[in-house]
Amino acid sequence: MHVPDGFIDAPVSIAAGAVAVAGVAVALRGARRELDDRTAPLAGLTAAFVFAAQMLNFPVASGTSGHLLGGTLAAILVGPYTGVLCVSVVLLMQALLFADGGLTALGVNVITMALATVLVGYGLFRLLLRVLPKTRASVGGASFVAAVVSVPCSAAVFTLIYAIGGTTDVSVGKVAAAMIGVHVLIGLGEALITAVTVSSVLAVRPDLVYGARKLIKPLELRTGAPGGGPADRPAEGPARPSGASA
Amino acid sequence: MTTKRFFVGFLLVSLVLAGIVSYYASGSPDGLEKVAADKGIDAKERDHTLQHSPLSDYGIKGVGDSRLSGGLAGVIGVGAVLVVGGGLFWVVRRRDHSRDS
Repeated sequence: MHVPDGFIDAPVSIAAGAVAVAGVAVALRGARRELDDRTAPLAGLTAAFVFAAQMLNFPVASGTSGHLLGGTLAAILVGPYTGVLCVSVVLLMQALLFADGGLTALGVNVITMALATVLVGYGLFRLLLRVLPKTRASVGGASFVAAVVSVPCSAAVFTLIYAIGGTTDVSVGKVAAAMIGVHVLIGLGEALITAVTVSSVLAVRPDLVYGARKLIKPLELRTGAPGGGPADRPAEGPARPSGASA
Repeated sequence: MTTKRFFVGFLLVSLVLAGIVSYYASGSPDGLEKVAADKGIDAKERDHTLQHSPLSDYGIKGVGDSRLSGGLAGVIGVGAVLVVGGGLFWVVRRRDHSRDS
């Protein structure tokens, strides 16, 4: 769903570019906390995987296809801030190397496919994990649902931008209905790819899944024998106040 | 599975998807393209600034065989994203050990 040049007028494209730059700047600050010597290469590989998966258009309805957006997937694997950067790098390379997604629409594309998908997808994923039992199946299920929802939300954000700065006079209601309708179907494909990928990584290296790190932490602590982490008092309460890591 | 082995496997999966499986991807317009054409919001669409770039539309200019052209373009894309993204993440990462610089 790469927006080409000319769908959105110049002022709104520029404004979208400014929002995208601000979003990426926030992501760059936040990603520092998510990335270390081991997760930085993983994040690069995740971006490469998102690029590869985006090439795989799958049929969804008569004469229509869809492809992975990847924001939810990247955020669950390597963290939300880094996830935004992964998809943004993919979008930048697609626009510069493959003429996919207009250069003037890059801001719009970063907002719809990187920022919106991560905010909605990862936000929903965290909410679901809060209420679901702490199992690997829950992580797979939550990633499925989060990914399904993220795609029509991304389409809705595009429609909103179109409503503000579309270059044509098609009724916003029609665009919204068509965009959200078809992207619910595409969301199912997104969900399948996301859940299978997350579950596969969980099966072989659960410690590398950012979104599941709370699940495996207790196990790590248990094997850590006496005086494991420096900040970790062996206090009786197993419930630690917040997700403060390291 | 060792981290190194996992990373190599992850990269191989991406290369196979972009280099081989992509040939079998649907050629139909995607959701946005379809809606844009059906509803007419693409009336003022402009050609991409870089439409004549050597890799435009996920093919390599001058390579006739579409399987080879698209596959190579996919592999180049995976490599480019890995280098640019991985490089960015490596620069941004926190360095717990190098306080001395």
